[in-house]
Order: sequence, then C-alpha cells, then structure tokens
Amino acid sequence: MTTVSSSEVLIDCQSVWKVFGDNAPAAIKAISERGLTKTAVLQEFNCVVGVSEASLQVRRGEIFCIMGLSGSGKSTLIRLLNRLIMPSLGKVIVKGRDIATLNAAELRQMRARHIGMVFQSVALLPHRTVLENAAFGLEVQGIPAAERNRTAERALAKVGLSDWLKRYPGELSGGMQQRVGLARAIASDPEIILMDEPFSALDPLIRRQLQDEFRQLTKDLGKSAVFITHDLDEAIRIGDRIAIMKDGLIIQVGTAEEIILRPADPYVAQFVAGISRLHLVKAHSVMIPVAEFQRTSPNIDILSLLRTNPEADIDELITLTMMSDRDAVAVVDDDAIVGIVTTRGLLRSVSDGHTAELAPA
Amino acid sequence: MNGNVIISPGAWLAPAVDWLNMNFRPLFAFIGLVIESTLGGINALLLSMPPYALVALSVVFALLLANRRIAVLVAAAMGFCYIAGLWQATVQTVTLVTISVVISVAIAFPLGVVASRVRMVEAGLRPVLDVMQTVPPWVYLIPAVIVFSLGSVPAIIATVIYGVPPMLRLTTLAFKQVPKDLLELGQAIGATRQAILVKIELPAAMPTLLVGLNQCILLSLAMVVLAGLVGAGGLGAEVTRGLTRMEMGVGLRAGLAIVAVAIVLDRLSRGAILRHRTAKAG
Repeated sequence: MTTVSSSEVLIDCQSVWKVFGDNAPAAIKAISERGLTKTAVLQEFNCVVGVSEASLQVRRGEIFCIMGLSGSGKSTLIRLLNRLIMPSLGKVIVKGRDIATLNAAELRQMRARHIGMVFQSVALLPHRTVLENAAFGLEVQGIPAAERNRTAERALAKVGLSDWLKRYPGELSGGMQQRVGLARAIASDPEIILMDEPFSALDPLIRRQLQDEFRQLTKDLGKSAVFITHDLDEAIRIGDRIAIMKDGLIIQVGTAEEIILRPADPYVAQFVAGISRLHLVKAHSVMIPVAEFQRTSPNIDILSLLRTNPEADIDELITLTMMSDRDAVAVVDDDAIVGIVTTRGLLRSVSDGHTAELAPA
Repeated sequence: MNGNVIISPGAWLAPAVDWLNMNFRPLFAFIGLVIESTLGGINALLLSMPPYALVALSVVFALLLANRRIAVLVAAAMGFCYIAGLWQATVQTVTLVTISVVISVAIAFPLGVVASRVRMVEAGLRPVLDVMQTVPPWVYLIPAVIVFSLGSVPAIIATVIYGVPPMLRLTTLAFKQVPKDLLELGQAIGATRQAILVKIELPAAMPTLLVGLNQCILLSLAMVVLAGLVGAGGLGAEVTRGLTRMEMGVGLRAGLAIVAVAIVLDRLSRGAILRHRTAKAG
C-alpha cells in the first residue's frame, strides 16, 4: 500500500449519528442524554439507527474504503459526507468547514467543486450522449459548452472512452457506463470522490480491471476517495485504509494488513479468514527481533543472511528464503538490521487465524 | 335548472355560479374576449391558407414527428375532411381543441408537478379530479353557458375542465416515476432545483407526459364535439345539425370527419411518444 504523503484531513467525521423514523428527534435526545444503543432506540422509539457514533478521517491523497454488508449503514454514511443525508447528531467537516452550517448555495458549490460522486446505478441520463453526460456536472455549473466539452473529452480520454463520445448510454456495456460515471465525477476536478459501490453490479473480470484502473487514476490525479463496498477483497485491492461497518457501527479502521493481522472482533476475523495474506502481510509484521533470533539460532551469522526491506510481502519473503541456503532473511531498514524473518514465522503468517498472536506489539 | 337537480349540491352551486356571474361579470367578459379573439385569429389564419397548403404542412409535421406511414394516413384523413365539404368545420374543431389543450396543459402541468412533490396537494386534488372525470361532461356546459353565454368560449371552458384531469394525473405519475438515483445525482453535482427540474426530471418524465398529452387531446376532441350543443361551431355543430334535423347524411359525414380528426391528432401525438422512446434507445 502506498503511504499517505500528506496528513491533511479532508473529511473529518466526528461521532456522527443518523436516526430514521417519526420519533427521530426524541430518539436523538435520548441518545445524547442517556447514551442509548441501537437496539434500545429501536425498541423504545421505533426508530432505525442508520449510522451510530461514526468517526473517521479521510486524508488528502488517500483512498478510504468502507466495507460492510447490506444494512450495515455504509450507504447512509457516504451520503452524510456530502449532506445528501443530514446527520442527526455529530459533525461532518469537509475541508475545514462543518457542512451542516452551509446554506443552500454554499452546499451546491461544495458539491459541485469539491466532492464528486459515483453511483452504483451509474445514474446516466439516457437521452444524452456519453459526452453530454460526462459534461453534465459542468453544465449545471454554468460553464460554456465549448469549454465543458473540452474538459469532459479529457476526462473521458482518461477512462479510455474517447471513441464513444457521440454514443448513448444504452449502447454501452455496464463497465463502460460506469467509466462514464467516473469521467463525469472527475470532469469537475473535485478533491474528493465518493464512490457508492460503483463496481458491485459488474462481472468479476471487468470489476477487477476497473478496480485497478480506478486506483491508478485516483493516485495519478492526486485525488482522495471514499469507496463503499460489500466486498473485502475489493476494499483490500483499492483501499489505503479500510473501515469495517456492522449494524451502523464502525468496528475497525486500519490498513488491510492491520485488519488482517489484528481483527478487532470475531466478526472481522470471520471476514478476513478467507483472505490470502501473501501480498498483504509485510516483513515488519512477521519478523522477530534480532536478539531473539540470536538466542534461538546462535550458530547463524546474521550478516550472512539475504536482506530485504520492511515492506516486502510474504510472497517476496518466500522467494528470498527459497533462494538462500539459510532458514531466515534479514530485514534491513536504513542500513541496520531491524529484525529477522524465519521460515517458521513465514509459515505461521500464511496459516489462517493464528497470526494475531505473532504480530509484534 | 333547479328542476333537474335532485341532490343538494346544485342548490349550493347554482347560487354560487349566479353570484360569480353577477360580481365578476367584467372579468368573465375579459376572459371570454381573450379566448374568442385568439380563437378567431388562429381560425382566420388557418382558413386563409389554401386547404392543400395546410395538408402539406401537416404532412411535413407528421414526417418530422412520426414516420412516412403516419404522414400518408394524415394526408388521407385530412383529404377526406376536405372532400366531405367539411373543411371549415374541421379547421374550427382543430382550433378549438388546440386552444383547449394549451389551456389544460397550462393548468394541469404545474399543478401536477406540485402534486407529485407535496402529498397533501395530491390527496386534496384526487377527489376533485375523480368528480371532474366522472360527472357526465355536458353537465359542465350548464354553468359555462350561464357565465359565458352561448358560443365557443363555454365550449372551451367545459373542454378544459374535462381535459385537465388526465393531464394532471399523468403529470403527477410522470414526475413520481423519475428514478431516485437521477434526482440524487442532481443534488450530488450541486444542481439548482430549476436545473434538476429542467435537465433531469422533465426529460425523464417526458414519455409519460406525452401519454398524458395524447389523452388530453383525445378527450378534448370528444368534448369539443359535444359542445356543438351550445353553438361552439365546428364539426360538433354539424353533428348537432344532423341530430336536430334528423338528417342521417349530415350526421354521418360529420361523424366520419371527427374520426378522421381523431386519427390525425392521435397518431401525431403518439408519433411524438414513439420518437422520444427511440431517441432514448439511441
């Protein structure tokens, strides 16, 4: 995973709640005063809690995935970020401004300039061509036709649809339609792109291809993205950091490696059980301290070991181990040996379920 | 009039109509004048053209709006009206329908949009529309004639009352059917309410709106013909003449001309619907 270059926080979600139902105001009062749980709110007020106590930060240049099954509140959460849904409680701060305080014009401005959105249903206008669809966001901002078409053409070129400008959405495959949706979002050049399960309806091969392209494009353009998915594989493939949601709560936030090595609860553990660790777990997580290695294998000179860096994944470590006649690989950071990866450690790291214990504190 | 009314509403409505008639006489006179002069103007314009020019114009219109088959049908139907010696009456009827439909749409469209957004308005309008659609249409002619006296103006008023409900209902339906995700898109890209209405909702609602327009046109034609009873002129007057004199030939000729006009109006408006659908499919 690429490290986040800047730590500037673009979206700051602070203990956000969303309660749906006729008694919502009373329920919210009870939540803030008595700290009711989701089940208690449902029983007492007959209100459904969509999102409860959600806090997260999205940093500049980062792809932040929110993973959860249907009904987990992830779609509600992403809509709180551009105020398509108003939070019941808590604050959403985008680029330093509490979006609940924006007036209608400021909110439109914020959505038009700073937050793009891509929908699962694509939401293309059927009576408009691909080019007109991609330029639609700019059109409602009142940008002249010639200029907006130029910008939209560039955006479409970035998603590989230059030959389809004059076609209608109905003539395009699902994957291509979703590219138009993405082009429409990036045409306005927003800093943040909200992706609401954009690839869920596509077939697996196309989905993979789009996932890779999306990640590449987002990084190339230096955008930040919040990406909703119900597929942990997708979240791992795309996300720099992942939040896992269940029943409206964010259970865990972390990098793919952190979540796989240290699942916060049995629910997350169950999810990550099937995920291959080969490319996710890194040397720094499986290495043991030099002193410990020297105690258990006093005969091996650590300077004679093959060397690698802390970011090398299990797959690379296995290859290195196979190339060497020793049973260990030295992990080097800044010319100093910071730890040793043993064959034993490697084997334990790829076996499911027990990796949590070997992870260094 | 009271002799025919058995249930009480008439006892309330009749004085109300009388009161309106007495106190708003100048207003009604003004409305009547506007409608009559518009009607006369359009009529004079259409009749000033030679019939073949009007037929040619309609055929071009049909080609643009629909297809060649419908263009041929339009030419044949209009040709029949001419050959039957009912050209002037036909033009009058078409003018009456056109003005009625324009007024109906002007009333029904905004109300329909509001009803699609505000549930209270929809709930309030529903019984009114039910009554408007189920009361036999010539009942509307009575107060219309009291207020506007005989002629084409009460005919248009009654026709509008009859034409509004289908247009209004289908407008409400059309706007309710606009996909939620498109509305969400409009909000998410920061579009104003007007932009969402004009650029997203209206195009998405268009096929259903055109169905409403088609219904409005055909029902208006039926009513305009019926309004021949109050001296509205046009093909309705021919039918009425045939009826009062018991002349089978006159009635039948006018009846067939009405069928021809109905076919022309229906095929043209339906052609617009189909054209819209195919454009959508690409």
